[in-house]
Amino acid sequence: MSSLDLSSNAEPRFSSVAEVRRDLERVGYFADDGLAGVVYLADRLGKPVLVEGPAGTGKTELAKSVAAMTGARLIRLQCYEGLDESKALYEWNYKKQLLRIQVEQGAGWEEVEENIFSEDFLLTRPLLEAISAPEPVVLLIDEVDRVEIETEALLLEVLSDYQVSIPELGTVVASQIPLVFLTSNNTRELSEALKRRCLFLHLDYPSVERERAIVLAKVPGITDQLADQVARIVRSLRALDLKKHPSISETLDWARTLVLLGIESVDEETARSTLHLLLKYRSDIELAAKELAAATSAAAEPGR
Amino acid sequence: MLDVLTGFVAELRRSGLPVSVTEAADAADAIGHLPLEDRQAIKYALGATLVKSSAHWRAFDTAFEVYFSLRGPQFDLVGPAGAEQDGEAAPEGAERGRGEGDAGAGGLEMVSPEELAAMLYRALRDADQSMLGAVARLAVARFAGMEPGRPVGGTYYLYRTLRNLDLEGVLARLVGEARARIEAGTAGEDGPDGARPGPILRAGALGRLTALEERLLEDEYRFRIEELRREIEAEIRRRLVADRGAEALAKSLRKPLPEDVDFMHATRDELVMMRRAIQPLTRKLQARLARKRRHLRRGSLDFRATVRHSLSYGGVPAEPRFRHPRPSKPEIFVVADISGSVAAFARFTLHLVHAISSQFSKVRSFVFIDGIDEVTEIFERSETVTEAVHRVNQEADVVWVDGHSDYGHALSVFFQRWGGEVGPKTSVLLLGDARSNYHTPESWVVKELGQRARHVYWLNPEPEAYWGSGDSIIDHYAQFCDGVYECRNLRQLESFVEHLV
Repeated sequence: MSSLDLSSNAEPRFSSVAEVRRDLERVGYFADDGLAGVVYLADRLGKPVLVEGPAGTGKTELAKSVAAMTGARLIRLQCYEGLDESKALYEWNYKKQLLRIQVEQGAGWEEVEENIFSEDFLLTRPLLEAISAPEPVVLLIDEVDRVEIETEALLLEVLSDYQVSIPELGTVVASQIPLVFLTSNNTRELSEALKRRCLFLHLDYPSVERERAIVLAKVPGITDQLADQVARIVRSLRALDLKKHPSISETLDWARTLVLLGIESVDEETARSTLHLLLKYRSDIELAAKELAAATSAAAEPGR
Repeated sequence: MLDVLTGFVAELRRSGLPVSVTEAADAADAIGHLPLEDRQAIKYALGATLVKSSAHWRAFDTAFEVYFSLRGPQFDLVGPAGAEQDGEAAPEGAERGRGEGDAGAGGLEMVSPEELAAMLYRALRDADQSMLGAVARLAVARFAGMEPGRPVGGTYYLYRTLRNLDLEGVLARLVGEARARIEAGTAGEDGPDGARPGPILRAGALGRLTALEERLLEDEYRFRIEELRREIEAEIRRRLVADRGAEALAKSLRKPLPEDVDFMHATRDELVMMRRAIQPLTRKLQARLARKRRHLRRGSLDFRATVRHSLSYGGVPAEPRFRHPRPSKPEIFVVADISGSVAAFARFTLHLVHAISSQFSKVRSFVFIDGIDEVTEIFERSETVTEAVHRVNQEADVVWVDGHSDYGHALSVFFQRWGGEVGPKTSVLLLGDARSNYHTPESWVVKELGQRARHVYWLNPEPEAYWGSGDSIIDHYAQFCDGVYECRNLRQLESFVEHLV
């Protein structure tokens, strides 16, 4: 499309932002323009996307949906404290190597060494797997803020050059540039080096329209009107000063419950008795119940 | 375009965002892949490449609006809106109108305040996006009274415009009318609703509105009004840019990052922003401290264990054994001045200290103005720190005579009542600007405390240059403290607390 297409060696996956958006919607993910734009750029620039935002706003879901829409395989690396090279990149299959040595007892050292450090004895872990895959893949590095800052460095080579260096074997370079998504709940500041290599996407709670669309798409049997009401109530709740705001998945749970209970229109009583699906702290529930009932008094308050 | 981009990047750096050269290059690259006329797309492309923290988004947003405000399809919005009132129809006319401030308003003069109010009302009721834009433009042209070349910030114009629109009144009317309509049972016919139908209205609710529905209705209108406010702000900005040029305006609009806002001069909005910023900040601090603790794996040599272990090596102490480290947790006494001038600072410090209270063996808090009161219990009984801070302001008994800071009296009472509980494990934090309205300093208290406690620190929210000027008696106390720190923003506060632990 563009003459500036220097970065990626392969065919671009998408032709326009609108197409990304449409395709995502097809697989049931409702994107706004910013989100679709970033996914589009990630492909064009060949850069990973760092997705950050509150829990339950669809960060992981985004990667899954992109995989589904491009028909690529999703490779997932779940991060945790203590994650190391052998879990993230690759590991030598040490038992198999031992066996090999035993089998070839008479052989010379050179020969054995050549044999046991070959790809047959390599156990690929998610990062290497994503790099070496011949077919298109989407790599999801989930909750990258959980790993220690030192471990982050492991990711850098993969993220910037799409290659993995294995001392005994050489460098494995990606045959195709995978789409990479990193998610973070922002429990700590990620290193500058990592952030610099990524496109940054902040996913916030959706607008009413988007949330309504999501509810309509994901909850079978819900009426337009109920979805609308659900989205509005959730928005009002998010405007309150709560410990934990309701996430999209909680909204969906709530909507499903309402449908199961056969409720057509939410009134105060239903809202109060089902609030525990949306809010997970007692103090939050109390506050919300109080606020939802106290509508008329708020009208008299001066505006923001 | 490249010039604009470099100017923009420079502006971001001036507002304190760390933008590296690679990121700037990425931004340029990204723009090349997008249609230039799509302003939103450009914005997100720049955002994704240049801004790597959600806390910085606001600064980015402001800078973007300033630098890219005159470029974009904004003018197209005039089209549909222009149909409603002639004179604004032609895009070039609109551009001229914008360019010359209120002078070139053209047909706008013809709209009377009453008509404008009616338009505003209709736009809000129907959530008509283009109409809202038009109303914002008209309102700014009419009420802001902008004069070319006048060195006034945008907030002044914003205030003037909003004052004239009486949004609270409109809100009350909107809610009132919607309620009346529903109660009259005509809910279905809500007029020419487009993409965004009115809330609940088409629910065909019978008879009365429940409290919940009313609440939702009101929230909906509030959000729309908020949208209008943003439109108006953007419009004012556009006009200012046309008048003064992007660079000058960016300078006057530059907003500090939440962690750099000065406690003592924070506006109400900034305080709200800081309150929001402090939550992730404490979480991060807590995670970092916990990690630090866990990583200090080695304690001192455990001689017994080493010898016992050496038996398996035939008595050779081949593998030394270490004790598990038990880093001592300090006990904290926070003594905070909560008089008007430094209240915000005290609030944030109390918040931060209590939020990470698991890092201390005990936290006790005292607040004073001229009298002093212990508020530890309020924190223990409250569900959230925010609530506790709020209650401290209402319940603590801190006024002794006249409610003007008197450090000397407050400190000596503190010493009489609680001085005995300060021990060698205690760190005492004194918070305040030490402006004691010329009362006696009673600095012997701090000296005594210094002898009993492990550490005595003083955090002063004033810039260091002002210390000791006027009625500031910080110097009297400073000589007995282990350290006096300037603590003007969240960043400094955070680094101090980390040092404390």
